[in-house]
Amino acid sequence: MTSTTIAPEKTEQQQEEWKGQNVPRKEDWRLVQGQGVFVDDVKRHGMGYIHFVRSPYAHAHITSIDVSKAEEHPAVYGTLTGEEVAALTDPFFQISSVPGANVKDYALAVGKVRFVGEPIVAVVAETREAARDASELVEIEYEPLDAITDARHARDEGVPTIHEDAGGNLMWEGVYEWGDLDAAFAEADKVVKIDELHFHRFNSTPLECDGALVEYNRGVGQWTIHTNNQFPGFAAIMMGPAMRVGLDKLRFVTQDIGGGFGNKITSHPQLVACCLLARKLNRPVQWTEWRTDFHLSMSHGNERWFLETEVAVKNDGTLLGFRTKALDDAGAYLRYEPLGGVIWAQVTPGMYKWQHVRVDFTQVATNKAPVSPNRGYSRMQHLWFTERMIDIVAHELGLDPVEVRKRNFIKAEDMPYTTPNGCVYDSGDYAKMLDIALELVEYERLAGRRAEAAAAGKLLGVGIGSTLDSGTNNFGQSRLINPELQFSGNNEVATVKLDIFGEIVVTLGTTPQGQSHETTASQVVADILKCSIEDVHVRSGHDSYWNSHAGFSGTYASQFAVTGLGAVKGATEMLRDEILKLAGVVFGGVPAEALELAGGGVRMKENHEAFLPFMACGAIINANNAGLPEDLDVTLNCRYVYRPPFEVPDVERKYGNLTLTYAAQIHVAVIEIDPETGSYDIVDYAAVDDCGKRINPQIVEGQVMGATAQALGAAVHESFVYDEDGNLLTPNFYDYHVPHALDMPPLKTGYIESPSPFTSLGTKGMGEGGGAGIHAVCAAVQDALREHGGAIVWDSSNPYHRVWEMLNDPSKGAHVQVSEA
Amino acid sequence: MATSAVPTERAISVTVNGTTYDREVEARKLLIHFLRDDLDLTGSHIGCDTGNCGACSVIVDGTLVKSCMLLAVQADGARVETVEGLAAGDELSKLQQAFTAHHALQCGYCTPGMLMSATALLRANPSPSDDEIRKALQGNICRCTGYWNIFEAVKAAAE
Repeated sequence: MTSTTIAPEKTEQQQEEWKGQNVPRKEDWRLVQGQGVFVDDVKRHGMGYIHFVRSPYAHAHITSIDVSKAEEHPAVYGTLTGEEVAALTDPFFQISSVPGANVKDYALAVGKVRFVGEPIVAVVAETREAARDASELVEIEYEPLDAITDARHARDEGVPTIHEDAGGNLMWEGVYEWGDLDAAFAEADKVVKIDELHFHRFNSTPLECDGALVEYNRGVGQWTIHTNNQFPGFAAIMMGPAMRVGLDKLRFVTQDIGGGFGNKITSHPQLVACCLLARKLNRPVQWTEWRTDFHLSMSHGNERWFLETEVAVKNDGTLLGFRTKALDDAGAYLRYEPLGGVIWAQVTPGMYKWQHVRVDFTQVATNKAPVSPNRGYSRMQHLWFTERMIDIVAHELGLDPVEVRKRNFIKAEDMPYTTPNGCVYDSGDYAKMLDIALELVEYERLAGRRAEAAAAGKLLGVGIGSTLDSGTNNFGQSRLINPELQFSGNNEVATVKLDIFGEIVVTLGTTPQGQSHETTASQVVADILKCSIEDVHVRSGHDSYWNSHAGFSGTYASQFAVTGLGAVKGATEMLRDEILKLAGVVFGGVPAEALELAGGGVRMKENHEAFLPFMACGAIINANNAGLPEDLDVTLNCRYVYRPPFEVPDVERKYGNLTLTYAAQIHVAVIEIDPETGSYDIVDYAAVDDCGKRINPQIVEGQVMGATAQALGAAVHESFVYDEDGNLLTPNFYDYHVPHALDMPPLKTGYIESPSPFTSLGTKGMGEGGGAGIHAVCAAVQDALREHGGAIVWDSSNPYHRVWEMLNDPSKGAHVQVSEA
Repeated sequence: MATSAVPTERAISVTVNGTTYDREVEARKLLIHFLRDDLDLTGSHIGCDTGNCGACSVIVDGTLVKSCMLLAVQADGARVETVEGLAAGDELSKLQQAFTAHHALQCGYCTPGMLMSATALLRANPSPSDDEIRKALQGNICRCTGYWNIFEAVKAAAE
C-alpha cells in the first residue's frame, strides 16, 4: 500500500491490459537527458527579448510615461506602452456581471496602476540584459494613492476606489441558499458561532515561470505563440476579441511545461503584449518571466474569509446546516474571477450530509496581485472551511473528530449522491478511506504516543483533512455568476491515425505539465488496438494546427482521465472500426464481426493466417488506394470530441450538476509541537486516495505525493504576505519558503478504487487533493493545543510563530460561541 | 548613450561535456545564460532569480555549482558537466534510469539540476544514507513530486 512498484515489461502476447499497469513514462527519455523543449528553449533568428517595467506602487495614477531614452539605447528594438495598447486593443472580456463587468483590463496598465508589479511598459532589446538596462531608462511619473490590502475593509466608507468604472471595490456578490435554514436551526440542539476564519494567499509556484516566444506572419496576419499557457482554449477567447482578430489568427504551440498547477492559465495579458510587439517590431519576441515578477504579479490563489459562521448541530454531533459570509479577495483584476465565486459550489457539503446551507458570497478588489486558479481552485478554500467547522464543533461539544466525521459522512451506499445544490457525487467510500488513513498512522496507539511526546516535552496532535477533487467542469456554472454568459458543458479532442508505414499517431488538445498524458494515452490506445505501447506515438504538447482542440482544451481542473482519455478512447475506437472495415474489403468481403485486431494488425478470427498488418492498412489508404470501393468510408485518421453529459444549471435556484466526477482524498497528520518555540515536526502522515480506475497507479501516486507536498508547504510556510502599503514581502524563494528535501516528513499512501459510473473508463480526474493536507495540519495543531489553552485554529497558514502566539495567548485563535438553540 | 570605457566583452574558453568552446562574452553574463543562450545547451534550467532553486546546477571542475551564481568569465578554462553529458550515447546513466523507474520526475523542469546534484553526491559518497541524500538535494527545489520518489531513485542508483 505504501510502496511504489514497477510492473515487469509486458509483451504484446500477454492478454493483460496496459491500463492499470505501472509502465515507465514515455516523457522521461527526453526529460532526464535535458532534451525537453520548454518555452525558454525556443529561439528564433533575430528575436528580441522583452522586459516589463513594473509598478513600484500598489495604487497610483500614472501622470506621464517617457520611453524616449530607452528607445535611444543602441540595443533596443522598441517599446510598448499602455496608451498604445488601449488604442490597438479592446479591454479583455469580463466574466462577471455588473459591477465587475465594468472593470477595464488591458495588457498593460492604462492611466493607473493597481498593484505592485503591474506591467506598465514593455521594452524589447537584443539581449535580456540590454532589455533590463533600457527598462531603467523609462521615466514614469506617479501620483500615489492609498492602497487597500485587507478585503474586510475594501468597502468601508472613504476607502479609495480601485476601479472607478466599477463604481467601488465590490466586484461580485451572490446568495446561495439551499434547504431550509430556519428549520435546521430550529431543530438544532446547539448553534456554534465562529467569528472569523481565513484561508490565506499562496500559490503552487511552478518552478518554470511564464513565458512565450511569439512570431507574427505579416503575410497572413497570424501569430504563432510558443508558450507555456496551460489553457489555450481560454487564452484564445480572451485574446481574440481583445486583439480584434478571429481565433484562426492565433496559433498556440506548447511542448514541455515546467509545472502549472493552474497558475499558468491567466498569462493572456502578457501574451497580448508579446503579439503587439511582434507585429510592431516585425521580429520574433521572447518573454520569460523572472521569478520575482511571477511572485509579484501572477496567479495568486484565492484568499478567502469566512465571517459570522453559524453551524446548526445536534448534541450527538449530527450536522444539520450552516450559514456563512464568504469574502473573496480577488486582487487588482478579474482575470479568471469571479469564477471562484461559484467553483466552490461543486463541493458544497464536502463529504458530509449537510442539507441546509446558506453562503453569502462577496468578491472584492484589493491592491494585490490578481488571483486565478491554483491547484484545488476555490474548492480547496471551501473544503478547508467545511473541515474547520467539523473540528471546531467537535472541540466545542467535546466529541471525537473521527466520530463526528463518521456520523455525518455521505455513505458508499448513498452513491450516486445528489447534494443540496444538485451536484451528483458519482461514487466513493469516505468512511473506508478514513479507516485506512487512521490505520496507516496507527491511530489506536495515539494515546501512548501522546504520552511519549509529553514525556519528551512535546505536544502531540493529530488532524484529519479531506478533499473532494471534483473534475470535468460543467462550464454552465459560469451562468450562476453571470446569466448572460453563453458557456456550458465541456469538451476535449483527440485524433488517432494510422500512417503509411503503420505508425499510430495520437494528437491531443491538452497541455500537460507533468501529468504524463503521452504515457496514459498510449496505454488506452494500445488496449484498443491490441498492440504495444511502444507502437503508439503521442505527440508532445499542443498545437492549434493539429486540429485536435476545442473550446475548453487545456490541462486544468482534474479532467484528463475523463475528457482527454475519453477523447482518446473515442478516436481509437473509430480507428479500430475503420481498420476492421478496410480489412474486410481487402479480405474479399469479410464482415467486421469475423475479424479481430491482434499483434499489430487485423486477422480473421477463424483463420489467423489471414493477417493484414497495420502497415499494409496505412499504406493502402494513404498511398495505394486505387480500386477501393467508392462507398468505403475509411480515412484511418479519426477525430473524436468527448462531450460529458451535462445540462445547463438552473440559474434561479443555483442548482444543477457542476462537475462529472468526484475523486477523493483523506489525509491524516500527526505533529509534535515544541511549546518553547511553537515550531513543529510532522512525525507521521498518511494520504489515502480514490480516483476510480487508475490507468497508471504509479503516476496517480505521484500526483498524490505532489499535492501533499504543496499542501504541507502552504500549511506551514508558504504565504504571499503584504504590508499595509501593498508591498509583497515574499517576492522570491528566499522569503517564500517552499518545501525542500529536508522538510519532507515520512509519508504513507493508500488507496481504494471506486470506479465512476459516469465515465467510459471508470476513471475520475485527479491531482488536486492537496487541500486535505492543509486542513490536516490545522486540525493537528488545534488538537495539540486542546489541553494547552485550547486555542482554535482560524487560519490555513500556521507558521511556527502563529502556533507560539496561540499557545501563549489562546485568544489569538478563532472566537467561538456555543449557544443552546 | 555614452559608451563605457571599461571593456565589457571577454574571450573565454570553456569545455562543456568534453567539447571546448571559445566565445566572446559580456563580463556580466551568468554561466547559466552562457550555457543556454550562447551554447544552446538548454538542458540546464532557470527557476529563480536568487540562487535558491538549483534547476541550473552543473558540475564545474568536479564541484557542484549553481550556474546562476557564477559568471561565464569565471568558468574560463574550466571543465563543465551538464545534464546533456550524463548519458553515454543512448545508454542512460544509472541515476537517469532510476529516476524513470521510481517516477522521480513529473514536469521534468527541476530534473537536470536534481540529477547533477545527485551525480555529485554519488561520486563523493557512493553509499549515502537517507539523511545524506536529503542533505545533498536540499539546494534543489521540486514542486511536482514532494521529493519522496527522488530519494528512492537516488538510493536505488547508489545500490
